[in-house]
Order: sequence, then structure tokens, then C-alpha cells
Amino acid sequence: MDQTPTTDPSHEDAVPAPAVATDEHRAPVTTENTEAVLSVENLKMYFPVKSSGLIRRTIGHVQAVDGISFQLPVGGSLGLVGESGCGKSTTGRLVTRLYEPTGGSINFEGRDIANVSARSLKPLRREIQMIFQDPYTSLNPRHSVGAIIGAPLAIHKILPKKQILPKVQELLEIVGLNPEHYNRYPHEFSGGQRQRIGIARALTLQPKVLVADEPVSALDVSIQAQVINLLQQLQREFNIAFLFIAHDLAVVRHFCPEIAVMYLGKIVEIADRETLYSRPHHPYTQALLSAVPDVKQAAIGGRRERIRLEGDVPSPINPPSGCRFRTRCSLAQEICARAEPPLLQIGKRHKVACHFPGELGHHPEKPITPRLLGVDDTGAPDAGAAPAAEISNEPGFSDTWFDLERRSMAKA
Amino acid sequence: MSSFLSVRDLKVHFPTVDGIVKATDGLSFELQKGKTLGIVGESGSGKSVSSSAILGLHRKSSAMVSGEILLDGVDLLKISDEEMRRRRGKEVAMIFQDPLSAMHPYYRVGNQIAEAYLVHNDVSKKVARKRAIEMLDRVGIPQPDRRVDDYPHQFSGGMRQRAMIAMGLINNPGLLIADEPTTALDVTVQAQILDLLQDLQKEFDSGVIIITHDLGVVAEMADDVLVMYAGRAVEYGKCKEILTHPEMPYTWGLLSSVPDVRGDTSAKLIPIPGNPPSLLNPPSGCAFHPRCTHKDKVPGDLCRTELPELVPGVSGGEHLKRCHLANPDEIYAKEILPEIAPELIEEK
Repeated sequence: MDQTPTTDPSHEDAVPAPAVATDEHRAPVTTENTEAVLSVENLKMYFPVKSSGLIRRTIGHVQAVDGISFQLPVGGSLGLVGESGCGKSTTGRLVTRLYEPTGGSINFEGRDIANVSARSLKPLRREIQMIFQDPYTSLNPRHSVGAIIGAPLAIHKILPKKQILPKVQELLEIVGLNPEHYNRYPHEFSGGQRQRIGIARALTLQPKVLVADEPVSALDVSIQAQVINLLQQLQREFNIAFLFIAHDLAVVRHFCPEIAVMYLGKIVEIADRETLYSRPHHPYTQALLSAVPDVKQAAIGGRRERIRLEGDVPSPINPPSGCRFRTRCSLAQEICARAEPPLLQIGKRHKVACHFPGELGHHPEKPITPRLLGVDDTGAPDAGAAPAAEISNEPGFSDTWFDLERRSMAKA
Repeated sequence: MSSFLSVRDLKVHFPTVDGIVKATDGLSFELQKGKTLGIVGESGSGKSVSSSAILGLHRKSSAMVSGEILLDGVDLLKISDEEMRRRRGKEVAMIFQDPLSAMHPYYRVGNQIAEAYLVHNDVSKKVARKRAIEMLDRVGIPQPDRRVDDYPHQFSGGMRQRAMIAMGLINNPGLLIADEPTTALDVTVQAQILDLLQDLQKEFDSGVIIITHDLGVVAEMADDVLVMYAGRAVEYGKCKEILTHPEMPYTWGLLSSVPDVRGDTSAKLIPIPGNPPSLLNPPSGCAFHPRCTHKDKVPGDLCRTELPELVPGVSGGEHLKRCHLANPDEIYAKEILPEIAPELIEEK
């Protein structure tokens, strides 16, 4: 049931407009060939599943994240999209090292932080911060806003106590809140304002990387745009790299020049946004995009045909063999059950993990991968073919890629 | 032709210590059988409160409900509790936003669905169970004869929503109210559920009210749209008409503040400034005026002092709007459309 806002209305008018406002809301241009601030390689996170009973044995693993690689450019943004349970939030928590990964490496400024100890993590926390989804549960209701935003400064002993308050007020102003409200408590603010508090807290230490886990999905539509614009403005101002996790494809498209689509713990397609949204090559990306209701399209041209995905996402405890999407895929053939498709670079900034990659309606009849994997067209091992060394699970993009039309490697 | 559902001047007021919260303040709309009405608005705009009133879910001790809710010619606000109980679930059914909290975790899904049938039909448990299995099958649950004995936690989010729909439709109600039926779901599952709702609506010829904040869902589902703000309708008319020629600045704001999956990536997001108003102490005049960027175009501070009536818009009789602006169509074509969808103008 709807509830009336709990905030008292008197201070709502007093909220000043964000410091820098309307001039430029567009996202930075595609960050090509810039240095990566964060590079993740073959990252894995398996959560043990315990049996019930007196002796709790491990009876299996939830393969939440299973060997993903990506790069985050300095001051750029990478979007992670996928359905619930695909591992996107786990990835965010691994990057912030809230979890210790089962395998793989997380390279931050030339240092592998995947397995560093809790003690040496502390300085790292200044560099990588997080914005949480739910602005209602991520703020301690018994702490004043000043205490919440100032806590990182006190914990990391960056400023003497006396200088914390002016800094907090400065931050409140940056995120578009009234600096005089530092002694109020979270319940006195509306949802959008609370999310601004969460953003101010993440900014306190001037991080280089911000993991934003569904930062706007709990907010009303009219407020979402305010928060997205604020994040973009902050990104430009402080040159922060964003790992932007969301299930809303339109929001991610608006925010991130580069986007990775995840399915059951794997990246199935990663590309710059123009390619991913206009020429997706993976059947899952195509289905995902066709499922998004489109206001403007429906308003002018009537209703579109959706690609129906049958059923639900399979359990990550016991994922399907070969390609994990095959149980719901209309293209699936024998090879999909036998061999796992590699994440193959098929364009300048475009990788896809599918045996039959192609634009919607133009998927190839025969798999393109057998020669690379050393199998025949049904996925059975083929003695005659030797696996090509061209496939690797490297983060980032290389200058050579597999040309789909010529079926051979091409160069930029 | 008289409407199947006709709501007239519905008011739901909650008296509180601090004053009266006017959650819904004079709402009127109509719905025919087989048609879909989309109610759009932010949280606190009164959309759920209004639909709960149709189901008679407000307690008389805590809410003051007035107006008329005519369903098939019977005023639901005048009948006794006993009679309302007989209609609820049979003639009017509701699908809730969060199926996990709307289902009882201790009871089997099948029993919960069968119960809805048992209450309104004089049949044995066996028959009701058979009917529940039929419905589960109809909403696309695989192996319904086995899944009927599962508990809600054994279902995935999409399956739970399907089970909720099965429960809602088991008595073949004439009116189905879906309150944010897909908000908690992923886009792919959302598409499945919306397709299912449309199919079932055709099959059962029900009237459907779909409550949502997602204009995309409305665009795909609804025949009519009602945009609510601070407890009142601010724009009401045919779906296509409202989405192509909106005449109220709040609707413009909703359209321009959501990013698009297609079209220009550099298109700006223009947020609606400020926050939704408090219903305890709503702004004077037009409730939207503190957030409206076009109020200067109305002479004499009218937006602040006088509440505009819901009157036919520029384009004709069936499109109603609540706004003082004299030439909204021109402003929309000149100022708003180039910002949100430049490609649409080129097409024309």
C-alpha cells in the first residue's frame, strides 16, 4: 500500500539545487585505450552449500561468479546487467573485497587485491567505495547524518575531529543537500535524499573506484533521474571510475559507455553501448532487450513482438553443462550441451560467448567455434583439429579479433 | 453505455494526530469489460489506496471513504461488510506487488489457491484442488500436479507471481486489480507475466486495472491511462493519446526523466526537481506547482492560488487534464519533444 512520505514537508523546499546543475548531463565519451584502474581476471566466487544435520558437510557450491574478466578504465564506467541471481551483485562485493574470491585476481593499480589480509585492506577501502541499493537499510537510523558521513574520516584518521564537520557540510552541499541538516537523522529524509547521503558517505574518502549496486532502483522515477544526473556530475568532477550494477537496461545504457551482460555467473556479452544495444549478438542479450517495455515505441508504433524466454534461470548450484543459457535458448544444438562457448572477441570492442553469434535473425547455421575449440560441429572432440591458442580469458580488448564473416582473425 | 466499473468522486481520507491525510481526493474513472486501465504515479500519489478502496480493504475505523464505486450497477461503498466479503475474490480480485509477502509461507501453494475457490463455491476440497491444478497449468507452471503441493518458498519469483494470478482468476472475476504486478521481477519474467495477463484477460473478458510507476508497462498493456499526483487525477484519457500528446507538465516530467533503451544515447535526462509533496499538508492551488517548471507561463500566479479543474484538453473531449496552461500542445511540441525524442520529430 502506498504511504505518505514520512518526512516533514517544511524542509523539502529548503533543499538547494545540486551545486552544478544542468549544463552537461551526457556521459563521457567512450573511454578507449585509456589505462585501466581496475582489472579483474578469471574471478570466481563459490559459496559452499552445507547439508543439514549434526555434521554439516559441504554438499555443493553455488557458483555465483564463475570466471569473469573485465577492465574498468580510469574515470570511466562499466555497466553490469543481468537477471537476479546472475552474480552481478556478488561481483560488486568481490571488487570491494566484502567477499574473498575463491579464485582469480583483482588488479587494482598494479596490485592483486584478491587475497590480501584484512589489515592491509584498510588503506584499500579509501580507494574503492560502494553505494548500496536500499537507502533505507544502508544508513544507521540511530546515527545523525553528520556522524554517518564523517565516520570514514574518523576511521581513517584523515582529519582531526574539529575539521570533520566543515568537511561533512561541504559534502552535503556537493550532493545537493542542505549543509545545515548534518544533525538530522536518516528518517527525516526522503528516499532520494537518503540515497544522496549514501553517495556523500561514499565520496568522503575521494575514492578512485565506486561500485554502485542498483543505486536508483529503490527510488521513484522522477527522483531516479536526479540521482543519475548527480552521479554523472560527480564522476566528471572527481574522475571516479564506476562499476554500475543494475537490472534496468535503460539506466545502464544511459550511464555506461561499456556494458557487460551476465548470465548465471558468466559474462555472455560485453561491448560498447552502441554495439550492445543496436547489434547484440548473443541470444540472451537479444531476449533481454526485447523484454524491456518501450514507452515511445509503444506510443507511436503500437506493440512490439517480444522474444519469449521460457522458464526461469537454472540453479547456480548445478548449472547446465556447456553453455549455461542453452536450456532457454532457441538456437541451442548439440554442441551447446557439450562445449562451453569461449568469450570470443568479434569486434573492436565486442566480445560474445556463443557458438552461434549473430544479429537477431542472422545467426549462423553452423557453429563458428569448433575450429577454435578443437571439436567438430556437434561438440564431440575432433582429433584432426587442434585447439587454437587465440582464445584467452584476458580482461580488456585486443587489437585482433575473430571476424565473423570471414571466419578468421582480423586486425583493427 | 453504462460502464462495468464506474468510480465517482472517490475520496479516501485518513485522520491522523497531525491532521487529515487526503490520500485520494476526488477520483473518477470508468472501465469497460475486457479493457485495461493503467494508473500511473509515484509512491504516495494515492494509486494503491484507491484500488484498496474498490476492494473494500480500508478499515472503517481508520479511513473515511466517500464517493461512489459502481460495479455492475451496485455501489460497493453502500453494501454491508458481509456482502462485500461475498464479492471480494469472486467479482473483484487483486494481484499484489510482492508475491512472497502476499502468500502465507506455512501453507502449500495449492491449498491457498483452492481456498479462494472453496470460499465462493459449494464444492468439495477434492474438486477445489483439481481446479487449483487446472489454474496452475493455465498460468504456465510446469508439472502443476506436483507443484501444487509446494510451499511458496519453493517457487521462484516469477512462478509465485503466476500462482498469485491463478489465485486471483480462479473465480473468473469481472474485475482484476494488479498492483505493481511486475515491479519485483526481472525484465524477462516481467515480459512473460504481462503476456500472460493479456492472454488471460482476453480469455476471461475481465476488466483490468494495472497500477504501476512504469510508463513502459502502461504503454504495452493499457487502453486508458490515468496519471495521479498527490491523490488526484492530473491527466486521463486514451493511452496512445496521452503518451503522444501529453498536456500536463507532470506527465512530461515522467516521460523525460526515464532513459530509453533505444534512440539517442546522449539524450538528456531531465529530472522533475524537488520531492513528491506531503499529503498531510499539500501545496496550495495545483499540487504540482512547486515542482513545475512551466508555472511562469500562467498569468497571475494562478497555479499557486487556484486548483485547476480536470477539464477536456486542447485535443478534444476524451482527453482530460488538470492544468492552467493555455497552450500545452505548443509547449510540448516546441520544448519537450525535441529534448526527449528528437528522432520522433525527424520521422514526422
